Amino acid sequence: MSNPVVAVGLNHFIVLSALLFAVGLFGVLTKRNAVAVLICIELMLNAVNLNLVAVNKFITPTAFIGQVFAVFVITVAAAEVGVGLAIIIAIYRNRLTVNLDEFDWLKW
Amino acid sequence: MSVWGVVAFWGLAAVTLLAALLVVSLRNLVYSVLWLAVTFLGIAGLYLLLEADFLAFVQVLIYAGAVCIMVIFAVMLTQQGGMGRTSLFNYRNVQVAGPVVLAVFAVMAGLAGVLDRYAVSTERVPPDTVGQLAVMLLSKYVVAFEVAAVLLLVALVGAIVLAREVKPGE
Amino acid sequence: MVEFAMYHAWIIPLLPALAFLGISLLTRPWPRLSAYLACGSMLVGFVFAASAAVGVFTDPELIEKPLVYAVRWFSMPGLFIEAGVQLDPTSTMMLVMVTLVGSLIFIYSIGYMHGDKGESTFFAYLSLFASMMLGLVISSNLLEMFLFWEGVGLCSYLLIGFWWHKISAREAAKKAFVTCRVADFGLLLGLISLYLVFGTLNIVELAEKIPGFPNTGLLLLLAVLVFLGPIGKSGQFPLHVWLPDAMEGPTPVSALIHAATMVVAGVYLVGRVLFLFAEVPAAMEMVAVVGGFTAFFAATIAIAQREIKRILAYSTISQIGYMMLALGVGSLSASMFHLWTHAYFKALLFLAAGSVLHALHDRADVWEMGGLVRKMPITTWTFVIASAAIAGIPPLSGFWSKDEILAMTLADGHPVLFLLASFTAFLTAFYMWRLTFLAFFGPENPENHPHESPPVMTVPLMLLAFFSVVVGWVGTPWWPFFGEWIRFGEVHHGANYLVMVSSTLLGVAGILLAWYIYHDDRTRAYALAERFKPVYKLLWHKYYIDELYLWFNHTFIDGAAKLLYLFDIYIVDGVIVNGIGFLTRFSGAVLRLGQTGQLQTYALVFFLGVLMLAVLLALGGSPAGLLTLLGGVK
Repeated sequence: MSNPVVAVGLNHFIVLSALLFAVGLFGVLTKRNAVAVLICIELMLNAVNLNLVAVNKFITPTAFIGQVFAVFVITVAAAEVGVGLAIIIAIYRNRLTVNLDEFDWLKW
Repeated sequence: MSVWGVVAFWGLAAVTLLAALLVVSLRNLVYSVLWLAVTFLGIAGLYLLLEADFLAFVQVLIYAGAVCIMVIFAVMLTQQGGMGRTSLFNYRNVQVAGPVVLAVFAVMAGLAGVLDRYAVSTERVPPDTVGQLAVMLLSKYVVAFEVAAVLLLVALVGAIVLAREVKPGE
Repeated sequence: MVEFAMYHAWIIPLLPALAFLGISLLTRPWPRLSAYLACGSMLVGFVFAASAAVGVFTDPELIEKPLVYAVRWFSMPGLFIEAGVQLDPTSTMMLVMVTLVGSLIFIYSIGYMHGDKGESTFFAYLSLFASMMLGLVISSNLLEMFLFWEGVGLCSYLLIGFWWHKISAREAAKKAFVTCRVADFGLLLGLISLYLVFGTLNIVELAEKIPGFPNTGLLLLLAVLVFLGPIGKSGQFPLHVWLPDAMEGPTPVSALIHAATMVVAGVYLVGRVLFLFAEVPAAMEMVAVVGGFTAFFAATIAIAQREIKRILAYSTISQIGYMMLALGVGSLSASMFHLWTHAYFKALLFLAAGSVLHALHDRADVWEMGGLVRKMPITTWTFVIASAAIAGIPPLSGFWSKDEILAMTLADGHPVLFLLASFTAFLTAFYMWRLTFLAFFGPENPENHPHESPPVMTVPLMLLAFFSVVVGWVGTPWWPFFGEWIRFGEVHHGANYLVMVSSTLLGVAGILLAWYIYHDDRTRAYALAERFKPVYKLLWHKYYIDELYLWFNHTFIDGAAKLLYLFDIYIVDGVIVNGIGFLTRFSGAVLRLGQTGQLQTYALVFFLGVLMLAVLLALGGSPAGLLTLLGGVK
């Protein structure tokens, strides 16, 4: 068994991306500010991208799928951030708050 | 990987992770966004390590550039009072979210162990990433490509409509 | 004519039915016309019946093998019911009796109901009743007979409650119907069981199948069930309670329905299926005991009653008891003979009573009458003839028929019942002549202004008086015409002189006792009542049976209803209906708390789900699950 510190393999990347995803997830679930939640979502998406590219390099380098997929993810993420921020701004205009705790109009 | 590669990896990993933790834990939203930019740069570096150079370029351009600026704009537009305490934690949720997050991480990391059964390929990623990308996007995945284009258009229009200033009398 | 009448006997019930339709649909505004239509239908019916009688009573074959013709009524696999006519001496006798007495009563009603607002309706109901009764009499099939049985019950209800603005009349009508309903339920069960066991309800077919049937226990059950119907309809103990109250109806109704015809339908039914009862000695005992006891029981009540029609009602119950007794000792002839004679003198008694009520403007208490002989001679003397007939004074009709019953009871070996029946004969004479003396003789009541009734009412009285004298002569021991034609089994010959003499003496004794107490000075009567006060009270209150039934109803039936009501309110309504509603509301109230409206809560639940899915798939063991998780990476 090679030295995990020195021999950096696929597992390292996967654990790293898992860590990033978990950190982003924690932020999504606990932050009060809507914009903060959005940037944590971006963090999660980046972790996923990292995962894809790592797998692409180590397991299917010639098929190139991982990078293609990652390009698409970036595209969609960018669009999503745009629309999301527009929505938050629209809500802010009406309610003068971006505190997620107060966005409870679908409450019972 | 070469020695420099290993060193680069650990360094970039540490930076990225640290930055991500700071993004989530800081109370000042603007600081958060700045550290997000650092995270993106770290990830771009990791892409380079993984021989996805075009992707690293796109990452810096779009994420570290456009997205972060957009978010700063939004932060400024939704500012109330001082910036100091804009991004706080909801402590009630923290108690529940903590275990859930740890569990999710455990599952995902556990998969790393399972992946041992998949053979690591010894081939290298093709050096002409841009060309390869172009070929794939315009032949094999052309439908997805077109749909993504439409998606961007829709998002553009949608964002404009949503964030438009509604003048009195309209 | 005779042939036609015999083979088209169904026309006889049809004519009054058409009169009913005609009156109710067409001639209601013209009461006179309705009356003539009704009387006409009955008279023509009588002509037909008489013609058929000429044919039947000259053909001895018909005694054992009646003339039957029927059509299919309804059928399906496992069930076949016919409807038809059965002509034998018994049914023909009934046809003649019903149409003859009916015609006279219809004619009488023209006078009695004159001026009443519902005169047309009255004749419509009477015609309907007549058609139902006639249909009952010639039915060849027990289900058909049951249909007509219910029909006469309905008409009885309609006619008892004819003056519906009187509460007492309405209540009496309901009482009659409900009491008969209780009895008819037993009858229906009996009919259904008969069909299930024997596969047919045709009377002639049953007469062939039942004798010799081995399971006498089952036959006993069937007999008891079937007998329940006559107990109610013919006013036997304990379902006699409706008959006295039925006197609320107009007097022609009492005469026709509750004396001559409907109440004897029960006796007729038992007579028709006597072969069923005869197979089981216990059943015959039951019929005889019920009949004998009822005869005695009703006679004891009659001696203490005050209203003229009530006395006659209890008298009817008592005489029908005699008919049942005769059937119970095995003599169809004696029973039917008494039915025949009773129809005439009882109808006469009621019509004469009606004449009195008409003259005294509905004053019914006999103690408030008196000395009517002076102003109402025809009514009085016809009433006297009928009273003598019912008391069993020879050579009037009642003597011959009652005598026959007593003789047959003794001959069949029932000494106790014989003594009871003889004593009842004494009581019968006593209470009838008590009534006669109190109402028609003695001092007059100055408040009354009686006058004789018009001829349309007195002529039927006189005709019935004539019949009351002569109709018994077809059944004397020296010319047993009746007994030869209408019988069950062998003809009974010979005269029992002991019985004849004793019954005559008893009758005369009763009359003399009544004369002694009631004829002139009433003081002896009052002294007697004082001395036997408790007995008098018991009899006057009819042994408190009505009160007993009322208590029973209130306690058990109303009690059960109350229980069910509570069940409905608390359990069905409360637990089930309201409970389900509550459950729905409650679960909704609980589940809605999950909708916090908070985005992050939803995201949390989302990821929990993903987590669970991942764990389940991975730990599920199958490689397919793991593959799904890993996204198909090879």
